[in-house]
Order: sequence, then C-alpha cells, then structure tokens
Amino acid sequence: MVSAVQDESAPERRGLSAPELRGFREVQRLAYACAEAVAGQLRSGVTEREAARMQRVWLRERGVRDWFHLPFAWFGDRTAFAGFKVPLQFFPTNRKLEPGMPFILDMAPVYKGYTADIGYSGCLGLNPLHDRLLADLEAHRELILREVRERRSLREIYEDVERLMTAQGYANRHRAYPFGVIAHKVDRVAERRWSPQVFGFGTQSLKGLVSDAVHGHRDGWSPLWSPYSFSDHPPQPGLWAVEPHLGFRGTGAKFEEILVVTDSKDPEQSAFWLDDDLPHVRRWAEEKVAA
Amino acid sequence: MSLQGARERRVRTGGVELCVAELGDADRPTVVLVHGYPDSKEVWSEVAVRLAEQWHVVLYDVRGHGRSTAPRPLRGGFTLEKLTDDFLAVIDAVSPDRPVHVVGHDWGSVQSWEFVTVGRTEGRIASFTSMSGPSLDHFGHWIKQRMARPTPRRVGQLLGQGAKSWYVYMLHTPVLPELAWRGPLGKRWPGILQRLEKVPAGDYPTASLPDDAAHGAWLYRDNVRARLGRPRADAYAHAPVQLITPTGDSFLSERLYDDLEQWVPRLVRRSLPAKHWVPRTRPDQLAAWIGEFAAANEADGQEGLPAQQQTAKGPYAERFGGQLVLVTGAASGIGRATAFAFAEAGARVVAVDRDAEGAARTAELARLVGAPAAWGEAVDVGDEAAMEKLADKVAAEYGIVDVLVNNAGIGLSGSFLETTSEEWKKVLDVNLWGVIHGCRIFGKQMADRGQGGHIVNTASAAAFQPSRALPAYSTSKAAVLMLSECLRAELAEKSIGVSAICPGIVNTNITATTRFAGTDAAEEQRLRKRTTRLYGRRNYPPEKVADAILRAVVRNQAVVPVTPEARGVRLLSRVSPGVLRGIARLKPPL
Repeated sequence: MVSAVQDESAPERRGLSAPELRGFREVQRLAYACAEAVAGQLRSGVTEREAARMQRVWLRERGVRDWFHLPFAWFGDRTAFAGFKVPLQFFPTNRKLEPGMPFILDMAPVYKGYTADIGYSGCLGLNPLHDRLLADLEAHRELILREVRERRSLREIYEDVERLMTAQGYANRHRAYPFGVIAHKVDRVAERRWSPQVFGFGTQSLKGLVSDAVHGHRDGWSPLWSPYSFSDHPPQPGLWAVEPHLGFRGTGAKFEEILVVTDSKDPEQSAFWLDDDLPHVRRWAEEKVAA
Repeated sequence: MSLQGARERRVRTGGVELCVAELGDADRPTVVLVHGYPDSKEVWSEVAVRLAEQWHVVLYDVRGHGRSTAPRPLRGGFTLEKLTDDFLAVIDAVSPDRPVHVVGHDWGSVQSWEFVTVGRTEGRIASFTSMSGPSLDHFGHWIKQRMARPTPRRVGQLLGQGAKSWYVYMLHTPVLPELAWRGPLGKRWPGILQRLEKVPAGDYPTASLPDDAAHGAWLYRDNVRARLGRPRADAYAHAPVQLITPTGDSFLSERLYDDLEQWVPRLVRRSLPAKHWVPRTRPDQLAAWIGEFAAANEADGQEGLPAQQQTAKGPYAERFGGQLVLVTGAASGIGRATAFAFAEAGARVVAVDRDAEGAARTAELARLVGAPAAWGEAVDVGDEAAMEKLADKVAAEYGIVDVLVNNAGIGLSGSFLETTSEEWKKVLDVNLWGVIHGCRIFGKQMADRGQGGHIVNTASAAAFQPSRALPAYSTSKAAVLMLSECLRAELAEKSIGVSAICPGIVNTNITATTRFAGTDAAEEQRLRKRTTRLYGRRNYPPEKVADAILRAVVRNQAVVPVTPEARGVRLLSRVSPGVLRGIARLKPPL
C-alpha cells in the first residue's frame, strides 16, 4: 500500500497539478463525511429513498450543486444486486432497513468542479458475515494498485480481481453495473448554473465521459474498465473511480474511491490511491492493531 | 422390554395405575415421551436411550396400554380430560418443581396438544415436540374452514385426508376392532409394520400389543367425534412447539398443519422423509431435534428467546436443520455453492477438497451463513485409503453423514487419439473412482445405520451428449450417471435416495484447470482462457445448481438436468438421439 502522505510536488505527474489533486481529495473526503454522517443516522425502518434523500440534502447544504450521479442507497439483499436485470433497479426503492441488514451508500457529488464517486458499505447492528466481506475487500485494493503499477491490461486486472473474489468464495457483483465495469474515469466538470440530470446522471459529467469514450475509441482505450475487449489496454493516465463489489448470498459490500494513474516512470508515482485516510482503510488498520 | 436400566414406579390417579419409567440423571431437566396407538412406551426405547445421556427421560404407558391398568368401564375412560389428569399426575411425581419438555408421537401427540393448549398445565410445560398427531381441535377447525369455503384445492385436501383416515372409521365400529386385534391382526401386526412401514425388526412391538390396541380403540371413540364436531375455540399453545412432519406418513396429510401458525405463536417446523413410525425408524434425527429444541427452550424458560431465532431461515431449513452434509470438491464452484446452500439451511457441513485452504475457507464462510458447525478436510477423493480414513474420522467426530454430495470432478478435453492413458487414468480416478469410493464408504455407513439418507452425484450434461471434444470426460460422467441409477435401485429399500445432477455449462473454475490433451503448455493456457471467457459469457451461476441439488434431495429426484441446455440435451437424447450425434461431430469454437 502507498504511504498516507503523497508527495504532491512530484514533477512527473503531468496533467494533474497538486491543487487539482487537492480539489479531488477535498470532494472525496466531503463525500465520505456525508456517507458516515448519513450512516450514523440510519435507523430501523428508514427506506432507501429516505437514505438517498438524506445524502442529497447533506451535500447540498455543503455546496454541492452538480452530480456525476445522484446518491444511491441499497439495503439488504439489494446490496448484492440480487435479481437485478435492468438498470432501473439500481434506483432507491421503499425497502426498509432492518436490524442486521447490510447497506451501501453510493454517491458522486461534484464540488467546485471536482468530481468524487464513492461507495460506503455498512451494516445496521451486528452482522459477522458482512464484517468478513469488508475485511476481504482489502486484498482487492492491494491487488488493483499492484497490477496497475505493473501496467497490466485493464481487462486482465479485471479478471484477476474476479479470480480473487471467486477464490474467496464470493461473486463478482460489479458485473451488474452498466457494461459490467469495475471502474470508470472521472474528471473535472465545468460549473454551470443549470446542470440537469438524465436518469440520475449529471449531463456535464456524462458529456466528459462520452468525449473520453470518443477520444479513447480513436486511440484504443476506453474510460470504462470492463471485462470486454475494449478494456484490453494498459491503464490510461487520469483519475479512475474504482469500485470492486463483492456479493455473497444476499449480502454485498464494496468500496469506491479514486485511483490516480499518471505516466510517471517511477512505479510508486505511476499509480496511487488519491487518499489513504478513508473509513474502510482506517477500519482495516484498526482491525490489524486489534489482532 | 428394551428400556434397560430404567427405574420404574407406579403412579395412581383417577382409578388407574400408570407404569412410569425413568432414565438418566433425575437432577437434569425432564423430557416426557408420550406414545401413540397401538403402542406402549417401548416405542420410544431407541429415542429414550439417546436422550438419556443429556436429559432426565420419563416415559409412561397411557392408561389401558402396556403395564398401566385400564379404566372401568372403558367407555368414557379415555377422554382427553382424563388423559390430561394422568399427565399432570405423572409430572407431579417426576418433576414437581420444574416445567417439563413434552414429546408426543401419534396419539401421544394428539393428547399432548391438549396438554399444551389447556389452562391448567400452563407453566408446567417448557416445550412440546409433536410428530404425526394433530390437535383434534385444530383438525376440527381445519375441516370446518374447508367445508365452509370448498374451493377445489380445499376439497382435494379434505378428500385426501379423508381417505388417509380410513382406519379411524373402522375403529368406530363396535367389537370388531377388538376381535381383529386380539385375533389375526394382532399376530400379523409386527410383520405388517416391517413390510409396509419399514420398522426394523426387534423387540418392538411388545407382547401387550393386542390389549393395547383393543383398549386404545376407545381413544378414538371417546374423543374424535366429540372434538371434531365441536372443536374448542381457545386451543392456543402456551408453550413453544416443534412440529416434526414425516413426509411419507400414510395416515396424516402434511396439509393438516398449514394453518398451525394461528394457534402456535412460537412454532418451529421440521420435516423428515420417513413413514409414520419415526421413533423406530429415525431415532438419531429425532433425538437430535428434540434435544436441540428442548435445550433452546431450557435456557430461561418461558421468557427466553424463541427457538426460531436459533434455527436457520433458508427455504429448506425445515428439512436440513442439524443434518450432517458432506460435500466433495467443496473448495470451488458447484461444490462450494452447495456447501453454502446446505449451510444456509442449517446443516452441519464437511467440506472436502484436495485444496486444503479452499476447503477451510468454505467451512469458515459456511459457519457465517448459518451452519451450526462446519469443517474443512483436505482429501483427494481418488485416493481410497484417504477416503477410508476420512470416513472413520467423520463417523467418530461428527457422526454419520445424512447427505453425501459426490461433486469433485476435473475436466479433460481433446481428441480420443491424442489422449494418453495417463490422462485417462487421472480423469477416471477423480470423476469416477472418487464417486465410487464416496458411495461405497459413506453409503455403507448410511445403510448400516438404517435411518435413511441421500446421496447426490454430480454427473454432467456430457453424460447424454456425445462429443468429439470431451471423450474421456463424457465417459466418466456417463458412468457416474449409470452408477447413480443402479445405486438408487439398490438403496431404495434402505430409504436412501440417490440423485444424479447434470449441470451443463456453469461458470466455475473447472475450465481454468481442464487438461487439453495433445496441446503444449502455451496452447493449453490459451484454450483455458478462451473457455473460461466463454463460460463466463454464459454466466450460469453455480448457486442455481446448488439450489437444484437441495431440491433434488427434498424431492428425491433421480436425474436432474439443470441449465436449459442440459434439459434440452436430455430431451433430445430421448426423442432424437441422431441430432446429438450430429452435434457431437462439430468442432468446438475455440
């Protein structure tokens, strides 16, 4: 794992200045703070829609005006996307939270033109199985970083992550996302006074993604990190919101955070997690201390 | 008399003298076993000795049965009120200060329902385990509801149970039943039980059978018409109830218990693939369930956690709760998913695989999804000595396996002429010999125990579909299919079911380890990657195969094709095998 403090002045990071990284880190922290605040308010009987609204309100109050996508909330076996066939099923429902139920909050706010996309897994009360899943996600965070630094093809990394999930006994549930993506690129977004959403996705961000897809298509890469052949290329420099998602018989867990990929020759600097001070990372560290 | 070591006493009540036997330490919590018709307390002998290790076990002969005396006159002497008096007298004598756990079979269960639903026993009963005997009051309401709104389904249920109750009408005729029981029927009864009910021969039924049966006819005559005609409206259970339903019961329909939740706030359901006389045919399972349920309700008496919270929730929990399931090839794919599915149903799981780490991981996750216990064992199923050793260890430490899943298998692809004899040996060792060893060693243990069980063998759609690409694999799987069919025929008389599962194309890691005959390492790697991607695109999850396996055990199905392509191939193999032969000639798209 990379050290918690990144040397922001490293000259190799072409394309991403230190203030830019700071901006992304700021919004990612804001989003995680929102997730923790909302998770702390979740009670038995709260619905997914209410949880999504709580996230929206919390972030709006702190200056978020645009979204990569509106906040999602999944409870119970919906955390493992059980029976998901069409993308509309991702939207929050009236499912009520019950004691022992796992939940996932997923939001992608745009703040001062910087985008974050985060996923936060939690559980109302005790659920040893969910704890196990969360603990097992650590290996994926390490695996992804290692293989991105080795400049393996994204498709291969995807397959390695899937293999590790299978070995752990879990199902790969990010396959349920549109295009089966484990990650997608995020970027800066122009701040407009009016920024509408289409199917929960911000038009400004979609514009960025589409333009990346068009450029990438010409140059042989894609802003979507999928199991398909269009992802059969080495990691493209930029910011990738990575979201490995484990599922196990009606219980799901994920994290989502930004991986910075640069074209530096130094492996340490060629890829690193934007921030190592995140709830799930702290949790793993605490577990290690406890053990 | 097979209740060895029992302490006997006589309890006088309401003009009769009851013979009460006790086993086990009298300071322990008490379990009272109540027998049915036409039986005496000896029907419980097998269950009682098993329970006596943990509990203070009390059995008594119901009035007019065994060595208890009969009331005079017989008519009117067997009402449920009087039977409740007897029960109270017995528990006053054996456990005056502490509530008891009641267990009833057949008429013992019918009367125990009365005990557990009347006010005067409140606080005296800690739990009730019922098998093959409904409450007459609930039964009366069940009939009334179906008569009041006779939908076709309800009429069917009424007629079904009506046909199963033929003997009840017979018993209402005067004198004839007594004559039959004291005459030819009494003599032939043990043989009938062995032949039709598969009750093992031995010291049951006892010599008192003709008298028991003759007196017991009054149980029906004194209660059935009265209670079915005017069922009590307040027959709510005041103690937690565990309902054990034998699914092959010739006398009672499973539908009788459909509405039971409205009468019993704390109900746990169990089902058992067996006929009516479960105390004789399934003593191990009964003792385990009775002990577990009683212990769950012992901790803090009436106020404690309902036992439901401690039992698994899956759709098959009724059937597999507490059973011992052994799965081979359990470190990945279908085997692992099957282990989890059984774990979710509350079974204890032994996960066997060559890959020790994977097997241990399966066991760990199995415990997290609901298995009360799970163990990982590293064994190569093709190694006979290792399998023998495993069987000894499992029998000694965990018990006799109730469900065996012979699932371990490896892939081998490539043309027949390029397949070496070494490769043949390897695939047959695992795919065929592994199954043979499993069935032979664990199947023998099951058969020797004589309390039923089930064996599942994983065959394949390749068992029906010939193919130029998989000659060795298909041969091994076809052998497994035929082996399963033969074994099913042989073990049917032991109440052991055998199912062959034919999954089809399922997304597991078998493709990543398949040997491709006649290729070098690089080409093999390419082919593995390619097939893995193809199987991944098909993306049929092993969890669905695991569900099919549990369903096959519950329904005792012989051959179960799982994926649509497997079903299609099976159908074609019957209606137009020529098509399959044509498909067999195609080269796989690799």
